[in-house]
Amino acid sequence: MVFLNLKDPFESTISKEISRLQSEMDKLFEKVFGRGLSLFKAHNYPAVNIYHDADNLYITAELPGVSIEDLDISLEENSITIKGEKKSPIKEDVSFHRKERDEGSFNRVITLPVKIDPEKGKAELKNGILTVTLPKAEEAKPKKIEIKIG
Amino acid sequence: MAENILNVKAKQEVEPRAEPTSDKPVFTPPVDIYEEKEALVLLADIPGVGESDLDIHLEENTITLRAKVFDTLKDKEPLLKEYRVGDYYRKFTISNLVDQEKITAQLKDGVLKIVLPKAEIKKPRKVPVTLG
Repeated sequence: MVFLNLKDPFESTISKEISRLQSEMDKLFEKVFGRGLSLFKAHNYPAVNIYHDADNLYITAELPGVSIEDLDISLEENSITIKGEKKSPIKEDVSFHRKERDEGSFNRVITLPVKIDPEKGKAELKNGILTVTLPKAEEAKPKKIEIKIG
Repeated sequence: MAENILNVKAKQEVEPRAEPTSDKPVFTPPVDIYEEKEALVLLADIPGVGESDLDIHLEENTITLRAKVFDTLKDKEPLLKEYRVGDYYRKFTISNLVDQEKITAQLKDGVLKIVLPKAEIKKPRKVPVTLG
């Protein structure tokens, strides 16, 4: 049939328009949330939050059920590795009525936005929350400059 | 056994029944419930909750779990936010087979464990019928 061979002139314009809109939206999201602040991407375990002030970077992660012996953190000048395992506390064979919690191992490397002093890093695990405090390297700290009146 | 690799699961937010007084989100914690010989055991992941911020309420056949979480770094400037901090709320109905007097709870590494001991099963007995 003739009709079938004819291309709908509108259809192609519409699909082009949609794909253009899509890429525009993507750009907008990137602009608004930034590369780092994306809430929509899948992440490696654990999910982390990173904060900072003039002297330190602070990294927090939710690690319920991970004990200190099963957690391993290593630091480099510009990255942190959080490695460990969440073990099941259930020893014997039991019958589950509900299973929503996951167990398993994890290994995540996070590139840091500024240089840090790896020797002075501190980590604390409390109530299943890991908090790592990383002092910024001297060269990464903000500097004040004096302004002279000319 | 193949090694399990943990993945990040999005936290499940719940709609509070009443208008909340703070802008903090409220999440449903993931739980495991399993049966042992003598008891039912409930495990809940509630990272960030201290002993004093946890409220377990038992009424009739319902256990209500409420937990408050305080964001210690909220005054710092965020650079990356992959998870949100909020309170926890979840409610369970328990069966008559649980001995409510003997329920115990324990908090460790951000995991709450509630042990619900089974009530002793009463022996079946015959009801005598007398002719009046």
